[in-house]
Amino acid sequence: MTTTRRAAPGRALRRTPLYAAAVLTVTLCLFPVYWMVATAFKPSRDIQSYEPGLIPAEWTLDHFRTAVQADGFALFWRNSVLVTLGAVLLALVVALGAAYAVARLRWRGRRPFVLAVFIAQMAPWESLVIPVYIISRDTNMLDRLPTLTLVYFMITLPFTVVVLRGFIAGIPPELEEAAQVDGCTRVGAFRRIAFPLLAPGLMATSLFGFITAWNEFTYANFLIIKQQDSRTLPVWLSSFQTTFGTDWGATMAASTLFALPALIVFLALQRHVTSGLTAGGVKG
Amino acid sequence: MTSPVLRRAGRTRRPLAPGPYLLIAPAVLGMLYLLLYPFGRALLISFQDFGLRELIRGDAEFVGLRNYRTLLSDPVFWDVVRRTFLFMAVNVAAIMVLSTLVALMTERLGRIGRAVVLSSLVLVWAVPVVAATTVFQWLFHSEFGIVNETLTDLGLRSFEGYAWFADGRAAFTILVVLVVWQSVPFAALTLYSALTTVPGELYESARLDGAGGLRIFRSVTFPLVRPIFMLVLSLEVIWTFKAFVQIWVMTRGGPGDATTILPVYAVQTALAHQRYDLGSAASMITLLLMSGVLALSFRRLFRQEGEHP
Repeated sequence: MTTTRRAAPGRALRRTPLYAAAVLTVTLCLFPVYWMVATAFKPSRDIQSYEPGLIPAEWTLDHFRTAVQADGFALFWRNSVLVTLGAVLLALVVALGAAYAVARLRWRGRRPFVLAVFIAQMAPWESLVIPVYIISRDTNMLDRLPTLTLVYFMITLPFTVVVLRGFIAGIPPELEEAAQVDGCTRVGAFRRIAFPLLAPGLMATSLFGFITAWNEFTYANFLIIKQQDSRTLPVWLSSFQTTFGTDWGATMAASTLFALPALIVFLALQRHVTSGLTAGGVKG
Repeated sequence: MTSPVLRRAGRTRRPLAPGPYLLIAPAVLGMLYLLLYPFGRALLISFQDFGLRELIRGDAEFVGLRNYRTLLSDPVFWDVVRRTFLFMAVNVAAIMVLSTLVALMTERLGRIGRAVVLSSLVLVWAVPVVAATTVFQWLFHSEFGIVNETLTDLGLRSFEGYAWFADGRAAFTILVVLVVWQSVPFAALTLYSALTTVPGELYESARLDGAGGLRIFRSVTFPLVRPIFMLVLSLEVIWTFKAFVQIWVMTRGGPGDATTILPVYAVQTALAHQRYDLGSAASMITLLLMSGVLALSFRRLFRQEGEHP
């Protein structure tokens, strides 16, 4: 709250603790991220020094080269992109139908369905690793990317339904009804009228789905075991130190490369959907 | 939502048209096969004798409550339960206190300061879990880590080459710091957006009535943001279990079992020691312990969504 007061010097003095707290908060937030990037650009001898400089004295791209040329980097990158895109598109298509049915149509069992979606959104996935592993093994789906795609689809689906339902409900049905009066079919009316208005909602949910699937570690770690070629980036990064030992420069370069798409996407979508994500109760 | 008139008309005209059911069928199938079925399977296995042999041959025998008895009579399991609650309590308390302070602070800042703080929070929120975990391992590296360097430079010689991950308590503390660092942004941003909805006149009149800062927070601010505060609180409680990733990547539950919380214990028991039955039983006990908070936050979330669709 900003209140205007006359005694300016007194006010500035009183606000010092506030600014100090703000500076501290920003520093604590940014320092680990900064240190990741700074380490990634530092020459190795500066990294393995007992007096590390806060700002790299010299800049190098060596570590990025090491990370990119690491065994299978391109492959894991491709795997991550494939799994992520597959899961997001599948969730989007399935959720669009369900969200439309919930927001626009009346049918018996609508409320129980909404309830089930909300329960699914709270699903404790950490406690389902064991049965999912056993089921995948029984059905010969271990070590395969489609398995991961399905799991990520299910993790993102409930949220996508909830958010899209909100967006669809926000579009006045009269618009579509008018189009129907003018001779459009129900599907045609939805496609021509509501769908374009849904673009921000589709954008927001798919970007969120992207972040979730891109970052997922647990299932990628336990469902891809023998087939190392099917690994995704988070698992690769988590085992990076075993591969590269004490090469922290390369490890930080790999972390940066892995975090970059998520950071870009997140910062791009932040303004539009922070409130939506908050309402959906979603862990970033 | 459709108007009441339309609703009634729709119901009388076509009570069971196939359209809506076709539209939700894929979602329902997904939830049944990928959520309900795994859950049912885990429940079933927790009542069976299910080890490596049964995994391969698939003729598991029912043993009633034996797995649960085994777990509940194991002091190690109780240690894990206690540690889980400790981990949860410390994390959630730190997250709620810090994020409330950050939210209150952000609200008092000017336009530029506010934008800087909010952007930093979003940036932290966006850092992938595995990347953040790797960075924290580097920050706390025994030999070249910046934390040890700084502490040593500050005159605390005992931190020279201090191996954080070799000591149970130190590793536990680092995990708490990491989880708090990653969780505060969401909580603070949510609380901040709740704070901005409190009308300024309320503060004015409270101040005119002679209320101090603390008193205003207790009697004006907090009651108004309480629903959001409780929602964030219960979500953070549930999300404690998501710390599985940080723990697994950083310490695998070690050293010893100093950082083993319930989900880590369940996965270790099942996938590392091939005791799928005990692991599933541990998961079921975890769910049971969570179910209260789960139901509570579910209700809050549902109500929140119902009010602003």
